Amino acid sequence: MTPGTLGGTFLSVSEQELLGALRRGDEQAFITLVETHGASMLGLARVYVRDRAVAEEVVQEAWLGVLRGIQRFEGRSSLRTWLLRIVANLARTRAVREARSIPFSALAGAELEGEGPSVPPERFRGPQDRWAGHWATPPEPWNRPEHELLSAETRAQIVVAIDALPERQRRVITLRDVEGCSAAEVCNVLELSETNQRVLLHRARTKVRQALDDYLTTSEHQQSP
Amino acid sequence: MSVPELTCKELVEVVTDYLEARMPAEQRLLFEEHLAFCDWCQSYLQQMRATIHLTGTLREDDLTPEARDGLLEVFRDWRHR
Repeated sequence: MTPGTLGGTFLSVSEQELLGALRRGDEQAFITLVETHGASMLGLARVYVRDRAVAEEVVQEAWLGVLRGIQRFEGRSSLRTWLLRIVANLARTRAVREARSIPFSALAGAELEGEGPSVPPERFRGPQDRWAGHWATPPEPWNRPEHELLSAETRAQIVVAIDALPERQRRVITLRDVEGCSAAEVCNVLELSETNQRVLLHRARTKVRQALDDYLTTSEHQQSP
Repeated sequence: MSVPELTCKELVEVVTDYLEARMPAEQRLLFEEHLAFCDWCQSYLQQMRATIHLTGTLREDDLTPEARDGLLEVFRDWRHR
């Protein structure tokens, strides 16, 4: 059964049962929900407020909002989207309050326009060349064993690269690629159009790939004497 | 060999459209045609996929036990409201 066809709800039968149990005050239903969605909610909160303790407060506040609003929740979005939207609203407010000194609006505007190409143009052949626009300095394959790619150092490079991204790119890549949200969920939670979501994701992934490439190709050079 | 219609420089700009399956059929054909002949762009796409995969390993574990206990308290207070 497609979501949305049964009584105008996006909820699966098990979600409806879980919500019913929660409305009756069933603690196990609450624990199940926390176990299913708690990590994503915390991940989303940290996209706005970086401090873990503050993010945990936001999540707690969100659950209180969930419990207070549960009688009114009609299932017009999926349960997960509803939970994430509550977190996003609270975390956004909190972030604005905590970071008054950062000119927030000044940062936000430039992110969709005015960025350079994904790869520096000098890495491609110039317009005079028969192969204009094709690689002049092609990417070197990483050729690293899986365990090396998954090492703490390599993953630390990704963390640094994500932290250095402009806010909206950081939010999108964190939700999509770290938390595993769908494009539709991210559009809904962050209030982005589908196209803007994709543009921000593209820029974010491109920069993270570049950071990994810089790291993996230089440290390879260091290894050979 | 003839020069492909889609250049490498153009390909790297639309790689996310491709991965997100948000590409018109004709462009997708050009994209895949290019890839079939270009090892370099295959490397690039492969690195993009590896990047996404590695980023996915950063997901943090669950709430701390203290945070979980805090939530249970919130729940019990709410139930006895």
